[in-house]
Amino acid sequence: MVLDPSLQAGRDRPRKHLRAATTEAPAVRWTLIAIGLLFLAVFLLLPLAAVFYEALRGGVAAYAEAITDPDAMAAIRLTLLIAAISVPCNLVFGLAAAWAVAKFEFKGKSLLVTLIDLPFSVSPVISGLVYILLFGSQSLLGPWLARHGIGIVFAVPGIVLATIFVTFPFIARELIPLMQEQGTGEEEAAISLGASGWKTFLLVTLPNVKWGLLYGVLLCNARAMGEFGAVSVISGHIRGVTNTMPLHVEILYNEYAFSAAFAVASLLALLALLTLVLKTALEWRFADNIVAARGH
Amino acid sequence: MIRLVRLAALGASLLLAGPAMAQTTLLNVSYDPTRELYKAYNTAFAAHWKAETGEDIVLRQSHGGSGAQARAVIDGLDADVVTLALEADIDAIASKTGKIPADWRKRLPNLSAPYTSTIVFLVRKGNPKGIKDWGDLIKDGVEVITPNPKTSGGARWNYLAAWAYAEQQSGGDEAKTKEFVGTLFKHVPVLDTGARGSTTTFVQRGIGDVLLAWENEAFLALEELGPDQFEIVVPSLSIKAEPPVALVDGNVDQKGTRKVAEAYLEYLYSKDGQTIAAKNFYRPSKPELADPEDLKRFPDVKLVTIDDPLFGGWAKTQPAHFGDGGIFDQIYKPAN
Repeated sequence: MVLDPSLQAGRDRPRKHLRAATTEAPAVRWTLIAIGLLFLAVFLLLPLAAVFYEALRGGVAAYAEAITDPDAMAAIRLTLLIAAISVPCNLVFGLAAAWAVAKFEFKGKSLLVTLIDLPFSVSPVISGLVYILLFGSQSLLGPWLARHGIGIVFAVPGIVLATIFVTFPFIARELIPLMQEQGTGEEEAAISLGASGWKTFLLVTLPNVKWGLLYGVLLCNARAMGEFGAVSVISGHIRGVTNTMPLHVEILYNEYAFSAAFAVASLLALLALLTLVLKTALEWRFADNIVAARGH
Repeated sequence: MIRLVRLAALGASLLLAGPAMAQTTLLNVSYDPTRELYKAYNTAFAAHWKAETGEDIVLRQSHGGSGAQARAVIDGLDADVVTLALEADIDAIASKTGKIPADWRKRLPNLSAPYTSTIVFLVRKGNPKGIKDWGDLIKDGVEVITPNPKTSGGARWNYLAAWAYAEQQSGGDEAKTKEFVGTLFKHVPVLDTGARGSTTTFVQRGIGDVLLAWENEAFLALEELGPDQFEIVVPSLSIKAEPPVALVDGNVDQKGTRKVAEAYLEYLYSKDGQTIAAKNFYRPSKPELADPEDLKRFPDVKLVTIDDPLFGGWAKTQPAHFGDGGIFDQIYKPAN
């Protein structure tokens, strides 16, 4: 980005003058920082600490037992499976949609953008329910599916569908502004130098958005593993078969197995923390590349 | 990218392999408070079946509000047997899907109810508000916890027990009965959707002075969370709740599990089944088969039943009281 000359001129002015014009008194600054930190502590760190405290209150052995319980293991496996299917699907879709929206002009573009946002505005319970209305045995398709022995609702495919629906916008929403900001200049250059469309996408577009893409994938993954509402409606709650981790936490809690519930919850929290650490580590390691990619 | 897809597919097939290799499985779709009961019963039945036939069997459970569970079976949840809180919920499956014959209640002893229960009060230790009977629930400053009769089977029994008491007190005056039950629901600060939700509201979150609960749920809360915190109060009159069980013919015939599913339900009436029911605080329908020590825990209560002339069975009670625009809708105005 080329800086406005008048701004650059401003930088040469005496420091003191600048600070007086743009910053508050130290007391105000510290108060604001303190409020921010307090908020963070009360609403984020405290609950997180409580989860781990409750989980480990019964001792490490009880914790290990809760997590290695066959139903808990099945829930963990299922949650990972759901994420392993729905994240790649949304990765492909998100990339394709963002590319189309950001780099091309076509009729119905704003409609497409609205549709991408739909899962954000719809309650997750509805997201689960629509698939029951579509594929349940009372639906039009239901009898045909039953005759052919295809189980969608109250089985893994239904949970995958609901999860994909709910996590649908994450990657596309992350990429669209980034791609729009980058414009089509580099792609035009590549094509004018004789690169094919596919090659342009792989060698120019994709490398430019890889950090945004990674961030989108991490967000999408976190939500895919943590989704409760939509999955709850369509899962059927069969222990060891269609119970994901968030559902298993609820079941354990309702069975007075509080420390086991918190043990599984802490595992979910750990997965989320791991995601965050991974993201921060990558950002730190490749800080220069990220600035370069963003600073076009 | 192709490599990534392949990898995902490989991972998916590995993860799926676990459940797919399992042997005969039976799915029991049940209501909220039976979790502990069927956990114990399934272990016993699996051992019994192994001894009888040499076959290993996997028993799966699904729990939730009785009405919601019935809805899931109607929408295609592949239940071999349903063990729900209300006859009306199984009737709904029978009429909407045809997977259960209309005369299902006659297929098993005691009108397909292997165990019964009743409604009691759970109060905080020392009974600080002095709650002894239904009449005490509408005193000033008493907060009552019950789930929503629209969604919870247990809550419908709560409501009907209160109705029976008010009916008796007023000598059959319907306006006064309605007024009593309406006032009672004005004392409810939180209306959860299921029985277990209400129990956690009362016990964990510490809201309310009295919980209207299944007898088995009240005993379980005492056992799990300590008798030093709560006590059970038995009202002068309550209702005999008969949670029924049924085979889902349409599903077992498709899956070829009829034989084992029938045995599963019949075994509930055996000595083992009845003993396990009593141990889990359900009143066995054949008390002579259960452990007398367990039976001593059940207090004597004067019980009305749903088939008494007052209610005239579920087929009449369900639409009259709980249908859209029914008596519950007329008397219940959420308190602010």
